[in-house]
Amino acid sequence: MALEHRTYGTARVVTPRGRLDHDTCDTFQADLAIELDACARDGAALVLDMSKLEYVSSAGLRCLMIAARQASARNSRVVASAPQAVVAEILQISRFNLVLPVFATTREALASVSPDALAAFDRG
Amino acid sequence: MRVRFWGTRGSLPVGLTVADVRDKLAQALVAASGRRFDSYGEAYEFAREQLPFSVSQTFGGHTSCVELDFGRDEYFVCDMGSGARAFGDHIAARQGGKPATIHIFMSHMHWDHIMGFPFFGPAYRRGTQIRIYGCHQVLEQAFRLQMSPPCFPVMFDQLAADIEFVRLRSGSAYEVAGMRVTPQLQRHSGDSYGFRFEVAGRSLVYTTDSEHKLEDRAQTEAIIAFFRDADLVIFDAMYSLAEAISVKEDWGHSSNVVGVELCQRANVKHLVLFHHEPANSDAAIEGALRDARRLEELTRGSAPLRVSAAHDGLEIEL
Repeated sequence: MALEHRTYGTARVVTPRGRLDHDTCDTFQADLAIELDACARDGAALVLDMSKLEYVSSAGLRCLMIAARQASARNSRVVASAPQAVVAEILQISRFNLVLPVFATTREALASVSPDALAAFDRG
Repeated sequence: MRVRFWGTRGSLPVGLTVADVRDKLAQALVAASGRRFDSYGEAYEFAREQLPFSVSQTFGGHTSCVELDFGRDEYFVCDMGSGARAFGDHIAARQGGKPATIHIFMSHMHWDHIMGFPFFGPAYRRGTQIRIYGCHQVLEQAFRLQMSPPCFPVMFDQLAADIEFVRLRSGSAYEVAGMRVTPQLQRHSGDSYGFRFEVAGRSLVYTTDSEHKLEDRAQTEAIIAFFRDADLVIFDAMYSLAEAISVKEDWGHSSNVVGVELCQRANVKHLVLFHHEPANSDAAIEGALRDARRLEELTRGSAPLRVSAAHDGLEIEL
């Protein structure tokens, strides 16, 4: 699974693509660990932009929970944004919206992280 | 094959409270407002057909006890939770005074799975043949321990039935009264075992008190092979997925979401959510069922998976 990232002030926006399931979760977790390291180094929060994610299975959700735990242990945080309708429903069904803050848009997610992340996003 | 659910709750028996009954009545009255019922029958039909299950009925509160009826003279049952008392009454009524032969398959020896046995009527009847099958070394010890002072006034040795314990090995297939039975080790504190039953071209998997570590691919593949093409899987869906892999990780239970995923991958026909969390209301269990059905719809492959939630008194014909 390809992971793109963009930086907005004190936030790193990571955009997984395709399906996050038992076939892809190991690679995703390894790639996400690199992004989490960068966040910890820069004192940044990680925003998971889910707009390109088509499906997430229980194995994929477990990866997200581990990422949230790892970030918390390093005084960082993970939030999710812009899930497609199917992924949003799966997050609701699995009650993962109680584990991970989920925002309808990436802009809202950045606003929850810090004013400077939001300002950087608005500047384009 | 007919499956009868005598107990479906996990961990601890529960009962409806006064507040629960009042709430159901109030919801039913609101739903019926403006309607007119000229007879009890009309009102009964309305309650049965129009009201949600969680309003007009209850999932019930007895702990694990599931009967498999193959249309034989002998009885087959998984676990001896508190539902075993009603199951014993059923046997007595059906036998009409004749002693019965009963085969009991034990997933594990935790209290909620053995607590019904001291109240299992046929155990007190001379001539009854009871064979208790399980993989645990402490199979017999657990039954004896709960029927000894200071826990219970009747000692195990005072039971009138002829009781035999039969140790099984995980992964081995056995023939029991014309039925093929295969136990499989599961992840649970002190170990638990699922059972796959096969008879007359039908297959059923009883898998309760089993935690699925999503990162353990070998375990996942083994479970899928165990479930493969089953007509029915009775599945421990005690928690939400988020609970099962966070605050309740290593508590030894699974979720509705993992049940749907595993059964879809194994090409199972019918998934039954089982071992309901005792803290969950009827509405919460109904919500978990609704969620599981919606997930199945969202992720359906070529063949649909039917999803149900077990309740005390449910019967399923295979």
